[in-house]
Amino acid sequence: MTTTAERNVTGTAFTRGLGVVTIAGIVLLVILGLFVSPADVNQGESVRIMYAHVPGAWLAYLAFIVTAVSSAAYLWPRTRSLTWDRIAGASAEVGVLFMAISLITGSLWGRITWGTYWTWDARLTTTAFLFVTYVGYLAVRGLGGSHHQRAKRSAVLALLAVLEIPLVHFSVELWNTLHQEASVAGRGTDVTMDGLMLFCLFLGVIVFTLMYVWLVLHRQRALHLQDMLDDTGLDAALAARRAEANV
Amino acid sequence: MNDSNRSLASFASTWSTARSMLGKDLLIERRGRVLTNQVLPFALIVMVMFAFALDSDAVLERVAPGLVWLATLFSTLFIIARSFAVETADGALDQLRTTGAPPAGIFLGKALALMIQLLALVVVLIGAAVVLYRADLSWEGGVLLVTTALAATSGLAAVGTLYGGLSAGAKGRETLLPLLVLPVVAPVLIGATRATESAFGTNGIAVGEGWPWLGLLAVFAVMFSVTGAIAFGSLLDD
Amino acid sequence: MDDLGFIAGSYVVTFGAILVYVVSVVRRSRRAGRDVPRSERPWT
Repeated sequence: MTTTAERNVTGTAFTRGLGVVTIAGIVLLVILGLFVSPADVNQGESVRIMYAHVPGAWLAYLAFIVTAVSSAAYLWPRTRSLTWDRIAGASAEVGVLFMAISLITGSLWGRITWGTYWTWDARLTTTAFLFVTYVGYLAVRGLGGSHHQRAKRSAVLALLAVLEIPLVHFSVELWNTLHQEASVAGRGTDVTMDGLMLFCLFLGVIVFTLMYVWLVLHRQRALHLQDMLDDTGLDAALAARRAEANV
Repeated sequence: MNDSNRSLASFASTWSTARSMLGKDLLIERRGRVLTNQVLPFALIVMVMFAFALDSDAVLERVAPGLVWLATLFSTLFIIARSFAVETADGALDQLRTTGAPPAGIFLGKALALMIQLLALVVVLIGAAVVLYRADLSWEGGVLLVTTALAATSGLAAVGTLYGGLSAGAKGRETLLPLLVLPVVAPVLIGATRATESAFGTNGIAVGEGWPWLGLLAVFAVMFSVTGAIAFGSLLDD
Repeated sequence: MDDLGFIAGSYVVTFGAILVYVVSVVRRSRRAGRDVPRSERPWT
């Protein structure tokens, strides 16, 4: 039993080093992105939002791919292990976080560029659906039951999401070809950039990737601790019950 | 038994399990009359409420197809919940599993029962739309409508049975099921609505334009039926 | 002027949300870590 409060429960030397590099990267990104890099010819200052919005979206997609792959690894009998389940859960949480950030920053960008906070083009709509789907995934993880029940349910759900998202994207795209307004909104986000602007974008992707790795490592370990506590809680209760019976 | 005999036997077993589940679910519905006495009135009330909210005959005529399928979707959630409440009430599903019944058969049977109930619902709602919102129908439109109803309800039934099984027996499932199901069936809503619009000739859309949407619905139904049959087993093993 | 507000706001929302998440994860793991001794954690 520890008497002094621990400051760094899930940390290791690696994550401490990673954290320092990440923070340095964040500072550099903010300085370059907000102040040093030039404004865009077409978009003006609003392009600065892209340095946070685009990496956020990419990492969200990566996070969901990791969730799907970890889920498959859990379901595959030869590699079944709750660690895969916890990685899937941690990655989905970080994915939802980055997706929310991406949706909000994208909405603000749209407000500046097109005057509207939202438009129904295929990419945006599918992104919103992806977001809601993974919020549902996180809700299913909280349903209770044994660790393996949780793992199996969420694993199936994650793989169904991989099936569902292309279907939704395709339907919405087909739907949008019926409406003329889609063509105006559909362009816009793809910009030709050069030099420092491109560098800022890459830097953003690198920084967000570092953040993703740091977050998933810590969150996955925290989930491990939680699962261990749940198990010992159950063991303690069983031991107490047996002790009662023997008295 | 050699391989082909074995797979033939398991196929027969799957099919007979499916038929038993189908018969059981339809029998329960016939005795309880939940669909006819509760879900159907709910769907009709929803259609009427849409009329109150939208408050314009012209608008209603234009959006009638969408309203039919929206009301269907909301009602589907109730039917799914009931379909699995019946199973978990006395541990019936667990007992079924221990008999060694193939899960694909259980899935198929429940999905078919769900589909039949949904078809009955859709028929009534389309009739209500024709009456309440004054929609018109041609012969080719009628064929398109029937096939659309078949494809859409089979897709909804597959998804509903799959996600109903996933959340069955879990606390908080009543509020969870809509959150899980509605995003997934968005393609069905889009496809069925566009196809129904073509069938009715709403907004001057030609009947011919509806058939590609039917293709989308069919692909959706096949994908989720196959996936459901495969995945249902792992959801039942606890 | 409004535009600059949105741009700054985007960065605040982005890193603010991440910071809130980091704090919540660290808090939860500290609470759990009180009852699980160092020797039993697979990463130490």
